Amino acid sequence: MTRRMPDVDVVIVGFGWTGAIMAEKLTAAGLGVLAVERGPWRDTPTHFPTTFAQDELRYYWRHGMFQEASRETLTFRNNRSQTALPMRRWGSFLPGNGVGGAGVHWNGQTFRFLPSDFVARSHNEERYGPLPDDMTVQDYGVTYDELEPHFDYFERIAGISGQAGNVKGNLIEGGNPFEGVRSDHYPNPPMQMTFSQDRFTAAARELGLSPFPGPSANMSRAYTNPLGMQLAPCTYCGFCEKYGCGNYSKASPQTTILPELMRRQNFVLRTNSEVLSIEKSRDGTRASGVRYVDSQGEEHLQPAQIVILAAYPLQNTRLLLLSQIGQPYNPATGEGVVGKNYCYQVMSSAEVFFEDEYTNEFVGAGALGAVVDDYNGDNFDHSGLGFIGGGYIACWTTNARPIESHPVPDGVPEWGSKWKRAVRENFLKTTSVGLHGASMAHRTNYLDLDPTYTDAWGQPLLRMTYDFTLNDRLLTAHITPIVEQIARGMGGREIKVNHRRGSYDVKPYQTTHNTGGTIMGVSPANSVTNRYCQNWDLPNLFITGAGLFPQNAGYNPTGTVAALAYWSADAIINQYLAAPGPLVQT
Amino acid sequence: MNVSRRRFLNSLLLAGTALAVSGPAFGREYGRGAGMPWQPMTGDVPHHGTRDERFLTAEERATVAAICARLIPSDDDGPGATEADVVTFIDRQLAGFYGRGQHWYMKGPFAEGSATQGFQSEHAPAELYRRSLVELDQHCEREFASPFRSLTEEQQDDVLTRLDEEEITFQRTSAKAFFDLILENTIEGFFADPIYGGNRNMVAWQYVGFPGARYDYRDYLNHGGARLELAPVSLMGRPGWSRQ
Repeated sequence: MTRRMPDVDVVIVGFGWTGAIMAEKLTAAGLGVLAVERGPWRDTPTHFPTTFAQDELRYYWRHGMFQEASRETLTFRNNRSQTALPMRRWGSFLPGNGVGGAGVHWNGQTFRFLPSDFVARSHNEERYGPLPDDMTVQDYGVTYDELEPHFDYFERIAGISGQAGNVKGNLIEGGNPFEGVRSDHYPNPPMQMTFSQDRFTAAARELGLSPFPGPSANMSRAYTNPLGMQLAPCTYCGFCEKYGCGNYSKASPQTTILPELMRRQNFVLRTNSEVLSIEKSRDGTRASGVRYVDSQGEEHLQPAQIVILAAYPLQNTRLLLLSQIGQPYNPATGEGVVGKNYCYQVMSSAEVFFEDEYTNEFVGAGALGAVVDDYNGDNFDHSGLGFIGGGYIACWTTNARPIESHPVPDGVPEWGSKWKRAVRENFLKTTSVGLHGASMAHRTNYLDLDPTYTDAWGQPLLRMTYDFTLNDRLLTAHITPIVEQIARGMGGREIKVNHRRGSYDVKPYQTTHNTGGTIMGVSPANSVTNRYCQNWDLPNLFITGAGLFPQNAGYNPTGTVAALAYWSADAIINQYLAAPGPLVQT
Repeated sequence: MNVSRRRFLNSLLLAGTALAVSGPAFGREYGRGAGMPWQPMTGDVPHHGTRDERFLTAEERATVAAICARLIPSDDDGPGATEADVVTFIDRQLAGFYGRGQHWYMKGPFAEGSATQGFQSEHAPAELYRRSLVELDQHCEREFASPFRSLTEEQQDDVLTRLDEEEITFQRTSAKAFFDLILENTIEGFFADPIYGGNRNMVAWQYVGFPGARYDYRDYLNHGGARLELAPVSLMGRPGWSRQ
């Protein structure tokens, strides 16, 4: 009953940021590209215009643009002694669905990882000695310097608004003095800071730290990108994360790539079509294409010369496991690679409550913020601290959407008259300072297939086994007091510290930065892809996304995810096409 | 056939030729140089539920209204769940896809799980409400010889506090899961856009000072810590512009 489709040069599984990046580059190189997306078509005028984009209930609380958990979710447990249970409704993270993927409803905080983040094992061992045995931290196999042109290109595609701190080795006042050397400035000036950022900046300077404006994919002015796509100035409406931008002001595949891509004859997109597996050639040495099912349940076999796995990281891992590509990771022995090094993000914060001043946080944008990087990566001496990595500390003013954001001080009950009054008194007078902490890989945090629960097609769900590690706890215990110090210096009446303690809990939203599972590296013994994001087992299978990260850095992932996709596209075009085989010999 | 109907059919035919180029019978295909596939009459407008959509019986509705009125009380400081008509919001939500748990993973087997594993009830929201409301009244009848809605405010607060703190448990549903859900839904109904039936006349937004569904604050970036007095706007405009 499987319908065999005509051959294509390239099939892309999933059509978010990296699917669009790959499609744009590979069609420009003359290849015929087909993208298969399980969700629907989605664009600004039809799906989230300014007349109804600002709907908190629909888009966040009723999950208007997220993956449907009813069709496929994942199961979760903190450790191997527990039985994993399904995430019946989303909480801690919100995987995207549909054209543009999570790139439609992200905030737009667009960082580059530090040079030392790409060599986390060798750098830290050289400086501090051997890492503990159960820390499975690894090097990426690709360096910051190699990725730099691709970071730069993505920043121009996405029109990033920011202040450079280091261009060609020249330090620039007001930028991030710790950042890797940049070849150029950001294409747009920083966003306009508001009251909360001004207070944060002053408080951070008082402590001798180096604040800078957060790099933002919300436009600080009208902008035309290298593909000729025009973006409009951000209006600071406060509906970025979890929402589509109605105003063409936030970089997304829709605003920066698709209008050009959709004009090309050699690009085809199939929506409402879900890939069930990657198919292998008879001799098992190459990917032969993908098997997908459309919304009516009809199954299709799509042969292709090159397969690019560009779904969400959790889905990429699951598809490799379902397709029996690569050896599944075994936490007992440390052998196997698929599902290895699942990492997340370690967040804590301090809320600031002002007495007579108004933060008016409804005047906000997804990436409107001031940041300090003094405690990120290896920007500070870790000698004797017992942990590696760090995180940025920032004061973002992203929104005051009231169902989600109605902070109250310590000691206020969670409902009733006292709660209601405290909500009113503080609603316009709060801001928060957050630590966006790194998550280092650990032997016991991993992904595999669930033995019990299945999706709408009867295939096993992915199972996540995850808890915060000793490294995470020491990291957050060391840096959260700095967060607190900055918050205290901002002139408020009181603060409330939200520590990162206890086990990982899937209920409260934390962040949609799920990483690892399909990690890149220098050896097939400990990674799924080589440094070009090419699968070690099947050389015509390339993988994109944060699943490639061997561990997660103290930054939002999208900048690095996009740079890796451009780096990989470049390798396909300039190396692989001439000699279609492994790009790294083993 | 009238004009508007004919126009609608034409647009479908045009769309068919322009977009469904070739390929699979199901699922949609785009591209091959056709550009961005805008079509008329396909705007993905919000579904707010019709005003006569109802799930709760009159008795259930009275109990839910009583619970909401204690979670967000009406008092000297301002309006509460009653003025915001949160019960109408909840009733419509329970009658629709949300109440059916249509987007939630509701396949078994079911187990209680640990606190970090989240919602694990075998009942979708509407069913969880219905069963839990029965048990709530059974409990109140046993303890006070009266259903929840007839208790004094102090007694109601006491019962809700013990539900929240897991001192009162139900036989067939998780009392805590029910409490957490109705608290979440009450806050949703208080603060959601009025198109969904709660936050009537934007009373909650006026109360806290949220300007609503505006989309351009560029003129206010330099507020410098001063209060911004901006009257709220809903997705359907402002009172007086249209009927609710």
